[in-house]
Amino acid sequence: MADQHADHGHHELSWWRKYVFSTDHKIIGIQYTVTALVFLFFGFTLMMLMRWQLAYPGKALPLVGSLLNVGMPGGVMQPEFYNMLGAMHGTIMVFMGIVPLAVGGFGNYVMPLQIGAPDMAFPRINMASYWVFLPGGLLMLASFFVPGGAPQSGWTSYPPLSDIATTGQTIWLLAMVLLITSSLLGSINFIVTIVQMRAKGLSFFRLPFFVWAQFVTAFLLLLAFPPLEGAAVLQLMDRVAGTSFFLPSGLVISGEPLKVAGGGNPLLWQHLFWFLAHPEVYVLILPGMGIVAEVVANNTRKPLWGYRLLVYSIIFLGFMSFVVWAHHMFMTGMGTTMSTFFQTTTMIISVPSVVILTCFLISLYGAAIRFTTPMLFATAFLPMFAIGGLTGLPLGLTASDIYLHDTFYVIGHFHYVVAPGTIFALMAGIYHWYPKVTGRKMSERLGKVHFWLSFIAMNGVFMPMFFQGMAGLSRRLYDPTVYVWGKNIQPLNVVISWSAWLLAIAQIPFIWNFFASIKSGEKVNDNPWEATTLEWATPTPPPHGNFVTEPQVYRDPYEYSVPGKPADFSPQHVEA
Amino acid sequence: MSDIAIPYMVKPHPVTGLPNGKLGIWLFLASEVMLFGALFSSYVLLRTGAESWPRGADELNVPLATVNTMVLIISSVTMVMSWASLKMKNLAKYRLYMGLTVLCAFIFLVIKYFEYTSKFHHNHFPSTSNFFGIYFTLTGLHGIHVIGGIIVNVYLLTAGTSLWHTDPEHFTNRVENAGLYWHFVDLVWIFLFPSLYLL
Amino acid sequence: MDAAGHDDIQHHVRVYVMVFIALACLTAVTVGVSYLHLGRAAAIGVALTIAGIKGGLVAGYFMHLVSERKVIYWVLSLTAVFFLFVLFLPLLTVNEAQ
Repeated sequence: MADQHADHGHHELSWWRKYVFSTDHKIIGIQYTVTALVFLFFGFTLMMLMRWQLAYPGKALPLVGSLLNVGMPGGVMQPEFYNMLGAMHGTIMVFMGIVPLAVGGFGNYVMPLQIGAPDMAFPRINMASYWVFLPGGLLMLASFFVPGGAPQSGWTSYPPLSDIATTGQTIWLLAMVLLITSSLLGSINFIVTIVQMRAKGLSFFRLPFFVWAQFVTAFLLLLAFPPLEGAAVLQLMDRVAGTSFFLPSGLVISGEPLKVAGGGNPLLWQHLFWFLAHPEVYVLILPGMGIVAEVVANNTRKPLWGYRLLVYSIIFLGFMSFVVWAHHMFMTGMGTTMSTFFQTTTMIISVPSVVILTCFLISLYGAAIRFTTPMLFATAFLPMFAIGGLTGLPLGLTASDIYLHDTFYVIGHFHYVVAPGTIFALMAGIYHWYPKVTGRKMSERLGKVHFWLSFIAMNGVFMPMFFQGMAGLSRRLYDPTVYVWGKNIQPLNVVISWSAWLLAIAQIPFIWNFFASIKSGEKVNDNPWEATTLEWATPTPPPHGNFVTEPQVYRDPYEYSVPGKPADFSPQHVEA
Repeated sequence: MSDIAIPYMVKPHPVTGLPNGKLGIWLFLASEVMLFGALFSSYVLLRTGAESWPRGADELNVPLATVNTMVLIISSVTMVMSWASLKMKNLAKYRLYMGLTVLCAFIFLVIKYFEYTSKFHHNHFPSTSNFFGIYFTLTGLHGIHVIGGIIVNVYLLTAGTSLWHTDPEHFTNRVENAGLYWHFVDLVWIFLFPSLYLL
Repeated sequence: MDAAGHDDIQHHVRVYVMVFIALACLTAVTVGVSYLHLGRAAAIGVALTIAGIKGGLVAGYFMHLVSERKVIYWVLSLTAVFFLFVLFLPLLTVNEAQ
């Protein structure tokens, strides 16, 4: 392809078309990655503010507090501001941080390379998807500056509260429409690319597990998001056009009956929201599992154990994710038949996750593991995801969920899966693929500092939450000490907050490493990790069109340590 | 940057038998099925949970909507005929049928306009009741999809036609894909019409 | 679709015309039936059945689904399953509570 440039006498594109409005999946992947990381750190900052209030309720925050006059007059956090921080933290992390990084960033950059394609099936739609994502994200952030401030009805936006909330909630809805549109454009692109544009010889069961993960994720996004978009339209109508889709008759707010037609049902929102939001949590974890697969296979120098089992499990997991959502709604008064149905499906869905985790664990057995920084993060993912997954079980059974629902136990559960779970996997991915993007390795020393500090801090933040939850501490509570049981475990809040601030500090070596290594990292060749998959067969960084000659695939994705071969890895595209 | 040759953009893939665009548009339609499915689900949930709910024919203009139903069906025929004309290499016929499709779409919207203004005149707004809320939201969202279809079809009728002269097969595929979208818009109305007006 | 000869397309055109006539008739029938003021269940059953047939004709012949590829059938089958989930499960859940 590099030769063909000269042949076609193609005119040089302007700087704007090359680096800003690019249709090259690699540039778009980098745009998504950088933007998502910025949003991720912003969302984290919001939580660090909240952690001050939780550790020292009602106390003025020194220095920083005085800058945030509107939400923290005199440095003391207002309850409304606490709720804004909470709603925005969740929204930003899920919709503007993790998924755009895992799918828009990693998926866009790596997937076409791993299947031997020159780009995505629809490069211009790919560009459009980023340029709808960015305005959506900025609009969401702009909600802080409208009268009434940012949305404060949780990332879940439950009516009736969200129906009558301040203007920020309307901004949330509009921003979500943009973000969902971006996601839709992306998921169509991913599916068509994987189905239609695999290299010769790359059958479905020779695909790297990372590609399978992105494939299933794309289907989840394609089919689960539209109901939320529909629900957002209905809530917009309630807020802007005065409809009562989610407002029941006879609703009284502060002593005044609401002047609406009524007859609506708040549970309708919950069903439509969770119809998306449950598959969404699998969108959050699946790409991470894909990354862990790549890093584990590469650093154990062994094929992944149970490849077919992994593939069937992830497909089954994706399918089941559409039929468990009401386990988020056990406390809404549903009857025993439906609750039994959803408990059953929820228990069933835990099986493929365990199978996937077990395959990864068995893959470690008997290996001479190279504990590079990516491998440290990928290995730590395993017990962290296990804790997150196992703590979900009591939530999926109504008997225990009655007590644990809406407590900090839930927060501990889902953060274990996403934070030391997915985020660790994403970190592994950054350290792993950085040399392919830049031609240099990130510093191992800084990487190990980043890892160990983060690992300790993550557990310091989220482990105590299980105990807080079991002690009865509710989530979304501005001042935990208003209740006796909150007062009794208040010391845990101090531990958590200091761990969170340590977690923030732990990211400094990473941020420094990320930028400094571009110029001063150890220079490496095209395949520094001696990996087998196709992305390592390109020049570094891959040129426009990716492959110098069209690759052909001759073998499975993880042919490491094959007896009789000269090297301990056999790349997919090499015939011998 | 748009000079990379993307395989199977025009010719179908040897195994799947599809060009990329066709698979893409069907995936998009799958997502639209979920969007309208969720809204139908909302309609059913709200109606069955309501204390009272008027009969569609008592509040809405059935004859006018029947005309609109026929208008959309006709536009679906003209749309598929425009594609068939391209397969028969007849650009003039294509222009005729595509033009008729766009015309029908405009007629649909004009009739919708009269329907809506008549409702407003009688003080029936989305906020009046959930019956009207659902009616305006469902038909409104459908109407937005009609507008989207008009934009695409007008493009294919005007600036987009230049592709016919450089790559006729690619252009024919584009028209077919636009047709799939347009038929889907008709299909949604085929279910909306009885659900809102006749029940 | 695959490169089709002139006669092949003429055959398709005939099909399109027949489908159009069927759609027009079915529209008349469904409107006519609505004036009969059937009971709730019967009215819904008839209306949705006729709509289903009309939709099937549009999907099958205008959208060429009768001769489409396996990939598309798989995508649509999966979508149909999830469509049924979103249509019925919330209803069942809310109704059982009452």
